[in-house]
Order: sequence, then structure tokens, then C-alpha cells
Amino acid sequence: MKLSPEEVDHVAMLARLGLGPDERERMREQLSSILEHISLLDEIDTEAIPPTAQVITLENVMRADEVRPSLTLEEVLRNAPRAEDQMFKVNAVLEEA
Amino acid sequence: MSVDLTSLTASEARRRLDLREFSAEELVQEHLERIDELEPRVHAFITVMHQVARQQAREADKRIARGEGTVLTGIPVALKDILCTTDAPTTAASRMLEGYRSVYDATVVKRLREQGAIFVGKTNTDEFAMGSSTENSAFFTTRNPWDLNRVPGGSSGGSSAAVAAGEAMLSLGSDTGGSIRQPGGFCGVIGMKPTYGRVSRFGLIAFASSLDQIGPFARTVRDAAMMLEAISGVDSNDSTSVDLPVPAYSSLLDRAAGDLRGVKVGVAREYQIDGVAPGVQHAVDAAVEDLKRLGAEIIDVSLPHTKYALATYYIVAPAEASANLARFDGVKYGLSLEADTLLESYMRTRGEGFGPEVKRRIMLGTYALSSGYYDAYYVKAQKVRTLIKRDFDEAFEKVDVIVTPTSPTVAFAVGERTTDPIQMYLSDIFTIPANMAGIPGIAVPCGFSDGMPVSLQFMGRAFDEMGILRVAHVYEQATTWHSENPAFVSSESMETA
Repeated sequence: MKLSPEEVDHVAMLARLGLGPDERERMREQLSSILEHISLLDEIDTEAIPPTAQVITLENVMRADEVRPSLTLEEVLRNAPRAEDQMFKVNAVLEEA
Repeated sequence: MSVDLTSLTASEARRRLDLREFSAEELVQEHLERIDELEPRVHAFITVMHQVARQQAREADKRIARGEGTVLTGIPVALKDILCTTDAPTTAASRMLEGYRSVYDATVVKRLREQGAIFVGKTNTDEFAMGSSTENSAFFTTRNPWDLNRVPGGSSGGSSAAVAAGEAMLSLGSDTGGSIRQPGGFCGVIGMKPTYGRVSRFGLIAFASSLDQIGPFARTVRDAAMMLEAISGVDSNDSTSVDLPVPAYSSLLDRAAGDLRGVKVGVAREYQIDGVAPGVQHAVDAAVEDLKRLGAEIIDVSLPHTKYALATYYIVAPAEASANLARFDGVKYGLSLEADTLLESYMRTRGEGFGPEVKRRIMLGTYALSSGYYDAYYVKAQKVRTLIKRDFDEAFEKVDVIVTPTSPTVAFAVGERTTDPIQMYLSDIFTIPANMAGIPGIAVPCGFSDGMPVSLQFMGRAFDEMGILRVAHVYEQATTWHSENPAFVSSESMETA
């Protein structure tokens, strides 16, 4: 199956990936050919098969809910592209009314 | 100095460090000189850690002088540049993280520090470990020490090339679909993926969290066992690490029988396919004969869902990757490109910060998880994953280990597969199933074809690393393949412990 340009745009938006026009077309072709390979799975009947999300038998690993040392604020913000008043700085998300 | 110290095995170097035949400082200095000499041709390292290594070597010498040396004290080690380190940048070979300095060490890095291992540098990889050749690195392509026109494999190609070229005695990589075993095979060294849960993933920049596992590269099985011993074990920072005792793998190998009597080795017919190069098949067939001569019982097994593993992987891994890589948003760390709105800033940062393969996989994963396709792709793949795992469960009722080629071909030429993603993905068809099932696998040199190393893969039961290490060790000791060196590497034969 071949993806439509609109589908590529939709997925790119979901993934927050800016794609150039050439890149968009190349992505469309390459994803389509990978999806074609993946369609091989259609020949297996998996109706009665449970899904496997992980392969070890551990479940719900808990730790005690206790205060313990963590990174300092200085460490947390050390790699921040923009920070102000001990916070990460981003563009305004909400518009003024 | 009589012998080239970079040609020693880690086991031998450890013994002679304790005998004070040379110091850690001398050992490290020789490795750093070799790195400086070879890097213009091999390009295994993104960052060489001269200063850190020399400082660590002096500390190691003090520790050895006190008689407190442990399994890796004073041994020069290279780290895949996807493992977080506080004393060197961590880039994941991506523009997205250029200049990033982690504020914590990965658990494996911490454990190596505690052992007194020496960090000579951070090695090249495909961007975010996505690839099979290092050609997806945002910086440069690492070259195969056996033939500089060929790729070293990937994604952990820098770590495998560094060990093959004698730039490091041991190294660490990460393996999501074969990223340790395939480059290990391409470069003629040992590459091992432990069982999922054996080694903590804390501080490993996540690619596909249900598949990723950190493991060693080495020039002998015993050396790989030493590294595995040092990094294994439960970690409260990784809730998927399993609390099981860690065997003393290397000393257990020393005490293991020299033959394979009583060992049942499975050969799976689904791995004998047309895509396997004749030279590879020939070497693997000869190796199976060697195993038989060593006393192993060879048993045919069937893993009927093998042919679906690649397609399953290319849903599960990108789906998990698309979620994991959502964290690179230009807000908390790494590349950040400004724009008028937050949304545009995300689009620009991610659009320009990620390379083509990473974008391809984020797109594929996002698509497979998106509304309307989730059941058809993601849930379907998880169900097939169950079938792949069941194949192994059934096979391991009959055999102790399964032997296959590590890859269908020897290392391919730089540029040969970059235009067709599927061709590139096919180099991992024999390594992907072990990740899907979570079981351990080890790649061991078993011959040459076109002058390039051919590699054998042993897969074992979950948490039975000892089982595959033992078979690999006995096979290695009975053959000479591992002692061959690339032409430009020291002509002195490798000493084995």
C-alpha cells in the first residue's frame, strides 16, 4: 500500500517532525516500501495469540515511597537551552484572550 | 618494551598488571598512542578521552599497588557514545545532542569506574543506535579495520572497530536488533548481547526499551566474560533489571571442560536461506563440524516464525523509538531552534536535529501507533512476537544452545546499502529474533570469506549466559580464527589466556 502525501503530513505532525518537500516525498516512498515488507505478517492468523509487550516475568516493580537525593536544580537546568528563575523557558503556549 | 601491549588480551593484561610487569599508565599510554596513529583511518571514536584515561590509569596503578585490583582494574575500555558519562560529551552520534554533557553516569559506566577500568573514549554509532553500518552517524562513518573500504557493521561499529584495531582491549555497545553481534561479526571480534534484564539500561539513551541491552566486545570469549561480570546485576534505577545472582563467568570458564560432550547444539533450518553468502555458509558448516568433533550433539530444530522476525521488529522497535525520542524537544537539553510558536520550535528542532534514518523510524513508529492502525500493526506485531518467543521456548526444550551465522554476509562496502533501507535491515535477520525473545546471543569468529571475518552466533536460554559463553569458549580455544589480526594491526599473534 502506498501512503498519501496527506497521511505523511498527518504522521509528521503527530511526531512533531518538520519535513522539507523532497524529504516528504522520499519518506512517502520509503515508508510505503517498508510497510509493504511488513504486510508479510498478514499471512499469520494471530486471532488466538496473546500479545507480548515484554519478555521478562517481572511485574509491577515497586520501591519504597521515600524522599531520597535526586539531581540538584543546577544539574537539571545545566543543559537547558533556555532557563529563567529555575525553570525551563518555552514560548507562550496559551494565547492572550 | 618487548611486546606490543595493545595486542594483549584483557585477561593477560590483568595478570601482568598484578605482577607489575608494566603499569596501567604504560598500558593506557600505548593505547592512546595507537588511537592517535590509527584514528585518521579507522574513525572509531567520536571523543578520545586522553586526560581522563591518564588520570584513571594513575589511580588504577595506586589501587594495584595496594593489592586491591579487581577484574578490570587498569584495562583500557571504549564506550559506545550512547552511554551517559559525566566526564565526556554524550552525543548518540546525533546533531540533536552535540555538546550535551550528562549530569549522571550510566549504571554500567559507574560499575566500570568502581572496577578501576580506564575510559579511552566514546565510540561512533549510527545515530541513536539506528542502523547497521555507522553510516547513519551524523558525524562520520567508521571503517572496518580488515578493509577500510568496508563498514564495521552497526550500530555499535565504533566499539567493534576499536577492539579489532587494538585501540581498546574491551568495549561496550548496545544491541536492539543485533547492534553488538553484527558489528562484532563484521570486525572479527566477540560481541555479546546478554539476556534482556541482565544488565541495567539506566543511562543508556533509549532506542526500543523492550529490546535494548548493553553488552561487551572483546577479542576473546574469556575477556567478554570479564566485562559481562563487571556490568551485570540488578539496579534500582532500572526496574527491568532482574535480581538474579551474577555468576563469576570468567573463572567458571577456566574451570569448564575442554570439550562439548553432553552439550546439545541446535541447528535451525530456517536460518539456511538463499540470502546467505556461500562463503559464510561454508564457514558456518565447517564450524558445526568442529562442534561435533568437540563432542557436541548436533540436533535439527525448527523456529518456524523466523521469517517474520524482521517485519515484527520494524514495527515494535520504531514504535518504541517514536515514544522514546519524543523527549528531544529542544526544551530540556540538546539542540533547540527557536521559532514564533512552541509547535514550530518542536517541528524545526526535530526536523533539523534528527538524521534521515531516525526520522524514518519515528515516522514508521508513529504511524504504527496512530489511531486506526494501532491494532493492525502494533498489536499484530506483539502477537507475532509471542509466536517467535514460543519457537525458542520449544527449541530450548530439546537443545542447550542454537548455532546460526551471525549475519548472512561479511561486511559490505561503504555506500553499498545506503539507498535501500530494506537491504540495510536484512543484515540483521539472524540477530533480531534473540532481541524479540529476550534471550542472550554471542558472536564468535569462525573463518574468513573474501578476506573478511565470518561469524558464528550462539543463542541460549534466558539468563544462561554461561551456557553460550562456555560453548563459544571451547570452540574458540579449539580454533585459531580469533587470533588473526587485520593486516595493519600488529603482526604479533594475539596471546590468549
